[in-house]
Amino acid sequence: MFLLLPFDSLVVNLLGISLTVLFTLLLVFIIVPAIFGVSFGIRKIYMKTLLQIFQWATLRIERGAKEKNHPLYKPYANGIIAKEPTSLEEEIKEIRRSGSSKSLDTPEFELSDIFYFCRKGIETIMDDEVTKRFSAEELESWNLLSRTNYNFQYISLRLTVLWGLGVLVRYCFLLPLRIALAFTGISLLITGTTVVGYLPNGRCKEFLSKHVHLMCYRICVRALTAIITYHHRENRPRNGGICVANHTSPIDVIILASDGYYAMVGQVHGGLMGVIQRAMVKACPHVWFERSEVKDRHLVAKRLTEHVQDQSKLPILIFPEGTCINNTSVMMFKKGSFEIGATVYPVAIKYDPQFGDAFWNSSKYGMVTYLLRMMTSWAIVCSVWYLPPMIRQAEEDAVQFANRVKSAIARQGGLVDLLWDGGLKREKVKETFKEEQQKLYSKMIVGNHEDRSRS
Amino acid sequence: MGSRASTLLRDEEIEEIKKETGFSHSQITRLYSRFTSLDKGENGTLSREDFQRIPELAINPLGDRIINAFFSEGEDQVNFRGFMRTLAHFRPIEDNEKSKDQNGPEPLNSRSNKLHFAFRLYDLDKDDKISRDELLQVLRMMVGVNISDEQLGSIADRTIQEADQDGDSAISFTEFVKVLEKVDVEQKMSIRFLH
Repeated sequence: MFLLLPFDSLVVNLLGISLTVLFTLLLVFIIVPAIFGVSFGIRKIYMKTLLQIFQWATLRIERGAKEKNHPLYKPYANGIIAKEPTSLEEEIKEIRRSGSSKSLDTPEFELSDIFYFCRKGIETIMDDEVTKRFSAEELESWNLLSRTNYNFQYISLRLTVLWGLGVLVRYCFLLPLRIALAFTGISLLITGTTVVGYLPNGRCKEFLSKHVHLMCYRICVRALTAIITYHHRENRPRNGGICVANHTSPIDVIILASDGYYAMVGQVHGGLMGVIQRAMVKACPHVWFERSEVKDRHLVAKRLTEHVQDQSKLPILIFPEGTCINNTSVMMFKKGSFEIGATVYPVAIKYDPQFGDAFWNSSKYGMVTYLLRMMTSWAIVCSVWYLPPMIRQAEEDAVQFANRVKSAIARQGGLVDLLWDGGLKREKVKETFKEEQQKLYSKMIVGNHEDRSRS
Repeated sequence: MGSRASTLLRDEEIEEIKKETGFSHSQITRLYSRFTSLDKGENGTLSREDFQRIPELAINPLGDRIINAFFSEGEDQVNFRGFMRTLAHFRPIEDNEKSKDQNGPEPLNSRSNKLHFAFRLYDLDKDDKISRDELLQVLRMMVGVNISDEQLGSIADRTIQEADQDGDSAISFTEFVKVLEKVDVEQKMSIRFLH
């Protein structure tokens, strides 16, 4: 008991000193640069070191697998089976052609027609284009996270030690640091915007509001160790426009808002989100909808139109997919934002999943679990491309315009352009698609009305 | 869950499936990954709902009949072995297999078995005959509401007339094979793996 006393005070002193040092470092290296928007380049060096470690790790696993003479499990992004992009008509005609010498122009039914539907069906069971977009992308090389390892029976001792070190670094050093930063960022956002809200409307308020928002988002960016590369910043959205982007996770908002000043659109939430929303709207006009108002499409369109027509108001940030997709593809854009008639500023966001997969699988993880997973990854690395603004042409309707914007975003981000609705994550597909297929096939066996009248 | 695929399937199981279906080691692990990603309940089996969750399969006019082919009589869960056994029908026929000895059991992807798979899609009550009624029902699935009952009826009649040889107004498996003897079944009922 007696001997512990001097040790006690020593331990307390050491703890005090290390905490002070930690917080000073935090302030100098992370928070102050965030306020002024500069960077020391620490994160880029971190990223380069990590890449080299990952390459080494992958080589070791491959060597381990070769020793045991086992084929390694390698994910293939382009699908596992060969699919021919031929239409229903062409395929069935081909099947019939090989079966009989009858002329192919007369529409009729053949028993062999079933082969087409059969094979197409089994192909989609083996590998389909839609369901794989709702789960995290598989990586080609290992990134020392147990959550992405498919070959862990081939890990050597050295690799396991490295992985253990990684766990220590991520959970005991990076995680507390990030949580402290996130806490700072969010509380500064709430207090800052509330304080600015008390100022009278005018240029001073606008200026302060903009910088409070930017500063807090930048701190949040550092809280996730997000390493973002912005391209073509000259195309950044301007007032009176709508910014549309592909959606992978709630982090998209933080990434875009730390480089530009936007008006957010969304549903009013309860809890912490609600507090943040109410504070933000005091400093500048965001568009928050009550839960009941969201269903009313006309009301939503009206409020958004009013907002964009006011040139003093900020560009709106919208994610037309309506749900999170795993960043390998862009799914159907809902036409609502494209009917308003404002200039659309498309933005493509592509994450590099090697350092940490940012996709939020909302059916698997809640928000808190998701944020924890983000904060215990190595980093969030992404590229943001600002595309040139687009306006709806006279001869296209909202749907065609939406598809045009979607293709541009998909092309820039290197993502697959799909027509399927992201809502298929939770809902069943509409019957009309099946009816279309049935209609196409009916034409093949009885022909159109014109054909019948001719014979 | 799908990412842990290759470690949950034991080597002995992979060997057994290889022998039974003829798929390669990597094809089996890949299909196992697919199986687990479809298995939302994570209980090692797939139900009919798990299949119907695939949008491209749900819009296939014969989607339900194809799903049915995976399940044995009275069962509504299919395990990985059953899944692979059904998919094996669609493995392409390789040249070295054609000259295999006739002593072993017929491989699942033989021409005859492929035709049998298609026959079973038509044969709703599994009595080894395609009756006029069954043909009508399947036709109705394929065309939806776009063709009248009378027209569909005459199409069914004509098809049975052309195929039927023993005069029982139904198509047996042998008659089915005879009608399709010139069709390139090996190619049209095969799915090629990219790797």
